[in-house]
Amino acid sequence: MTRLMKHRLFWPVFSLLALIVINTIARPQFIKITMRDGEFYGALIDILRNCAPLMLVALGMTLVIATRGIDLSVGAVMAVSGAVTLTIIDGSSSPGSTSTVLVAILAGIGVSLVLGLWNGFLVAVLDIQPIIATLVLMLAGRGVALLITDGFITTVNSEPLNFVATGYLFALPFALFIWLAAAAAIAIVERRTALGVLTEAVGINPEASRLAGVRSRGIILGAYVASGTLAGIAGIIYSSNIRAADANAAGDLIELYAILAVVLGGTSLMGGKFTIAGTVIGVLIIQTLDSTILFLGVSSAQSPVFFAIVVVIVVLIQSPRVHQWGRALTGGFRTRPGTEVRNDAEVTA
Amino acid sequence: MERPILELTGATVYFGADAALDGVDFRLFPGEVHSLMGENGAGKSTLIKAITGALQLTSGELRIDGEVMHFGSPHDAQEAGVRAVYQEIDLLPNISVAENISLGTEPRRFGLIDWKEMRERAHAVLADLGLDIDPASILGRHSLAVQQLVAIARAISTEARVLVLDEPTSSLDLDECAELFRVIRDLKERGVAIIFVSHFLDQVYEICDRVTVLRDGKLVGEYLTREFLRIDLVQAMLGRSAESLRARPRLHLADERSTEPFLSARAVSVGSGINDADVDMIEGEVLGVAGLLGSGRTELARALTGIDKLDGGIIRIQGTDESLGNPRSAISLGVVYSSENRRTEGILSELSVQENITLALQAERGVFRRIRPARQRELAMSWVDALDIRPPDLDRPAGTLSGGNQQKVLLARLLALSPRVLVLDEPTRGIDVGAKVEVQNLVGELADNGLSVMFISAELEEVLRVGNRVLIVQDGRILDTVPSEDLTADSLTALVARPEAV
Ligand SMILES: Nc1ncnc2c1ncn2[C@@H]1O[C@H](COP(=O)(O)OP(=O)(O)OP(=O)(O)O)[C@@H](O)[C@H]1O
Ligand SMILES: [Mg+2]
Repeated sequence: MTRLMKHRLFWPVFSLLALIVINTIARPQFIKITMRDGEFYGALIDILRNCAPLMLVALGMTLVIATRGIDLSVGAVMAVSGAVTLTIIDGSSSPGSTSTVLVAILAGIGVSLVLGLWNGFLVAVLDIQPIIATLVLMLAGRGVALLITDGFITTVNSEPLNFVATGYLFALPFALFIWLAAAAAIAIVERRTALGVLTEAVGINPEASRLAGVRSRGIILGAYVASGTLAGIAGIIYSSNIRAADANAAGDLIELYAILAVVLGGTSLMGGKFTIAGTVIGVLIIQTLDSTILFLGVSSAQSPVFFAIVVVIVVLIQSPRVHQWGRALTGGFRTRPGTEVRNDAEVTA
Repeated sequence: MERPILELTGATVYFGADAALDGVDFRLFPGEVHSLMGENGAGKSTLIKAITGALQLTSGELRIDGEVMHFGSPHDAQEAGVRAVYQEIDLLPNISVAENISLGTEPRRFGLIDWKEMRERAHAVLADLGLDIDPASILGRHSLAVQQLVAIARAISTEARVLVLDEPTSSLDLDECAELFRVIRDLKERGVAIIFVSHFLDQVYEICDRVTVLRDGKLVGEYLTREFLRIDLVQAMLGRSAESLRARPRLHLADERSTEPFLSARAVSVGSGINDADVDMIEGEVLGVAGLLGSGRTELARALTGIDKLDGGIIRIQGTDESLGNPRSAISLGVVYSSENRRTEGILSELSVQENITLALQAERGVFRRIRPARQRELAMSWVDALDIRPPDLDRPAGTLSGGNQQKVLLARLLALSPRVLVLDEPTRGIDVGAKVEVQNLVGELADNGLSVMFISAELEEVLRVGNRVLIVQDGRILDTVPSEDLTADSLTALVARPEAV
């Protein structure tokens, strides 16, 4: 048991399960999954589907944070990619054709990749502090998205596009497969190549890594490119879900939720050691919390406060300091009692 | 005898399941300089951290002036008059020297920081240590030795009753040491109790009244320095006879050397650090580098290994001009550099010992050609064995090793690259007597196997012992290159300090 508790994913998983249990107690149908027309439905399925944009953004954010950076521009990149994709579909003569949608999606992802490259260039090559470098795009990106959509909310109705966010594959939401594939791809690349350890090295100490011959620049650049690209995919899922490109609402504040997810998952903002599985769990925690708010019918005025309170509790649950206090209170501190007895003896002697 | 100012009884510190310190008793009297001795990993730094509140005792107690104390943090200890300079310098590189010195004890005026006073205070205490630098300059710009002196300045800038110095002299030259010792004697006069850790026996015998020896976290004994023979001290630390420490004699090369140096540098200049330097590094030879603090030793090493860009001059490897624009390209040519600054330019504390050892090799192979985990383990294990890294645990974060063992991990990282030219900047810093001889022997062996080694050390005797030739650097210029047969410790000291005298 104690070995299990030492595992670094123990507390994140614990928090997630606790949230699910609390929800289920409040309303048992929370964990109910039903089959309709050969497709699964239920609150849990919704969580797995709706978390897709945040998941993709948080995965990219994990890589960036591992290099000691931060990417504030993800929300803006989402807006741009949604705008590019939907504007292309909107302008095409056959918005319902799969090939049109595929081309539009690739264009959206391509633009996001370039935006990621831009961030990476500012940070890795020009040595600009990540927070400032990505702030540029965070502020400018939505403007670009508005230019692309001519200042309107572009709405499209295209079957293949709708499928991205709301379609089903093998009885499960298609969006689930997108983020599973992204998480798996990152985890595999990181394990099967040396990317994981080299990224951590760069994050822990860039100068020491440089002296050891690590291509720090390339690795940092790569992380921002990954983050931009994943944010682009997230933007397309988001737009597909609302069937519109909304330059102002797309990915609003998502950078902060993504950072929160990464930290909840156990990756330090100081860079270095990171965990993909942790981030996945962190996102699921946030998404579960989000649906808890809906599910429990917390009014929209109260929901931010409710959200904040739960997040604080989750963070406290995971804090090593709090664990220490917990152990001290329950008297689990090794050898303490024995020492005190001996000290007394010495004093009297 | 008077009452000890500080007393530890049954001090025990556990890290996980291992005891780094196991029931150690220690006492310190006012006005004495007390040395803690022991091999790398013996528990010296752990004992010190327990005294300064940087670490909590698992059991045992600490008394100051007979009163049981419990320091929750170094700040509490400071309040009680215990100041410390840790082995791994804990200053902030991106703020000024003066701010570092006053950190936590900033002089205030009307509630605001009194910058003028701060600068004056810094100036005074630096002058006391014989260090003439601008207190307003940014700390990180200075060499490691200067940073070490600033850390000391910080510790003595406020009245302390107990001063703890964990390997304060590891990067200092003779002159700086002399200044430091003068200050220590002065403090001692004033009744300050001082704990002094160093792997240099000479220094211990010069300055310390009493020594406490630790081995594997346990107390071996407490002795008066003047009654304790060196050979007995070494034996107490190692737990075996000092006989086993035999420096192997360097093979002296035949006069007919290979016609062409492996690496040759001509008219190399870098910033203001090194000027117009010519260096030839020959296969099978150890080139010692001797020079004072700030003479350009490190700058020279960095220039030859692609760490810093050259402002002028050329470097040839086996006769072809090469531009070693960055460490990567130097490594691919077989030229590697081990930094003097282990903490900021060497070890990656959160990565495991295995990852640290295989890092450079992995980086050289590239991201996509990962070394198989089994091969990584095998490789790392072979170096852990060869260099006797302790504990031999490959999965432990490297930052939890003792200072000396971290140094060995760094050496292993470079040696795993099978380099042709090995540039070692203070490779024996912080390494204990036993391991030092091992490293020196290893350097000799590597040279015998055809490597070309540059060996930089502030300890001139070591340079002389290990080097076949000694390069003398002064004020960023290479003064001379002398075969070590033609030098003695004294003549080298004189050459380094005052060239015209010889
Ligand atoms: N944070 C830590 N976690 C786990 N083990 C640790 C930690 N810090 C130190 N140790 C272990 O405690 C032991 C004592 O280390 P310590 O740093 O006190 O040695 P030392 O005598 O100062 O050695 P050196 O001369 O190399 O500085 C070592 O075996 C070391 O690996
Ligand atoms: Mg130590």
